[in-house]
Amino acid sequence: MANIIMFIILAVFIIVSALMCVATTRIVRAATFMLFVLLGVAGIYFLLDYTFLGAAQIAVYAGGVTMVFVFAIQLVSKRALQGLEKRVKAGTMAVGALCALAGLVVVSLILLKAGFLTQEIANVEVPMKEIGTALVGSGKYQYVLPFEFISVFLLACIIGGLVVARKEEEA
Amino acid sequence: MFDFSIVTQWFDALLRETLGLGDFLSILIECVLVGTAILVGYALIACVLIFMERKVCAYFQCRLGPMRVGYWGLLQVFADVLKMLIKEIFIVDKADKILYLVAPILVIMGSVGAFSFLPWNNGATILDFNVGVFLLTAISSIGVIGIFLAGWGSNNKYSVLSAMRAAVQMISYEVSLCLCLITAVILTGTMQMSGIVEAQTGPFKWLIFQGHIPAIIAFFVFLIAGNAEANRGPFDMAEAESELTAGHHTEYSGMGFGFFYLAEFLNLFIIAGIAATVFLGGWAPVNIGIDAFDAVMNYIPGIVWFMGKTFFLVWILMWIKWTFPRLRIDQILKLEWKYLMPMCLINLVLMTVVVALGLYIK
Repeated sequence: MANIIMFIILAVFIIVSALMCVATTRIVRAATFMLFVLLGVAGIYFLLDYTFLGAAQIAVYAGGVTMVFVFAIQLVSKRALQGLEKRVKAGTMAVGALCALAGLVVVSLILLKAGFLTQEIANVEVPMKEIGTALVGSGKYQYVLPFEFISVFLLACIIGGLVVARKEEEA
Repeated sequence: MFDFSIVTQWFDALLRETLGLGDFLSILIECVLVGTAILVGYALIACVLIFMERKVCAYFQCRLGPMRVGYWGLLQVFADVLKMLIKEIFIVDKADKILYLVAPILVIMGSVGAFSFLPWNNGATILDFNVGVFLLTAISSIGVIGIFLAGWGSNNKYSVLSAMRAAVQMISYEVSLCLCLITAVILTGTMQMSGIVEAQTGPFKWLIFQGHIPAIIAFFVFLIAGNAEANRGPFDMAEAESELTAGHHTEYSGMGFGFFYLAEFLNLFIIAGIAATVFLGGWAPVNIGIDAFDAVMNYIPGIVWFMGKTFFLVWILMWIKWTFPRLRIDQILKLEWKYLMPMCLINLVLMTVVVALGLYIK
């Protein structure tokens, strides 16, 4: 009962923020509403007692990605920043609707095929130790290879960013 | 040690059994009560900190500080708070109104969220997840976005400049802050707040004794980075009142400004509180292995230990603030990226070696 009430509050919050995110013409506002969507999703993870994923969601998406977006937005032209450009066109709307529909189909297919809707999942907090060993273990159902791959990938991204951003001294 | 969970369990039983309320209602009542307690504690501690800051600052500058309102100026802060509450809140023309209004709320959200993680006493930890420290750093990082949006939403060039500086500074220092906490977590073996304190109870078990060299390095780096994270001098680049008027909260009045002010002071308390919890043992008393002495120390309730350690660290941070001149923004960033962060990484390896070889005090 309490779970359902909390879920409804979070769901309404997420949907309203998501709509506002795409409907607003000011780009910094869009980033802010996206932050709310991400926080709402983190709330759902907490509702499911999946605290590690919730914390990662807040740390990586709400704290990290939103800040990266905000910094990237600073590079956008001034007219777009102040919402002077009208950017909602019929073509964009159609593409957006199509993407949303495709997403809906994919998600519902996964839900129905895997039978998540009928499956009873034990509502227990996964101990941190288990997550930690699974992340850097090399056995079955353990993820050291993707973990290392992603870290190397991120390192490459950082170095690439530095190379792009660095101004060479005029010789 | 007094275990506060006796009180909470008694209250839970009172609601559930004596009054016969269901699961839903009793949890709801408990949540509302705990929430109120957090907010009241937050406000009271803010008052104490503001008064302390004014007095400490005054004595460092050979002044007396507030003396007129109440005995020794004790009522000054309450008068200030009252003044702040009845001030008009106005919105700047051409400001981005949504962002302008949301920003202080985000800042206070990050601050209250982090505040709720502090372990006050044995059994009185409010948020005690198994991902405790990780979640704590995640929630406190929301404050950066609040500060940035405040600067951006105010439609004021000084505010934007300050917001950029604050964001850059806070994001940078978060790196060493988290690395220091990870260093501590390696030794304690848990991220849960109560577990971290539990690992430090006993003779010479406080982390700075138990983990000796790497723990002490992590402790000092944590205090420096925390000072920068809370935007306080000598790192108060975000406000820099001589160059940027009042920084990101230039355009705020009344409680809008009050929220930033509160969050700034409470962030100081939170940093000191986390440092006290993670490195100085939280509510764990001083134990030296002599039974009589330990027994006496154990009689002192945990909250006194926690508050004592936290306010000691707050005092040290205030001492630093009122002693050192402000750094330039490039010096601040250089300090973090070229010195503190590499040191933290090396320290992390050192701590791993110490723990792996069992060189810590058992």
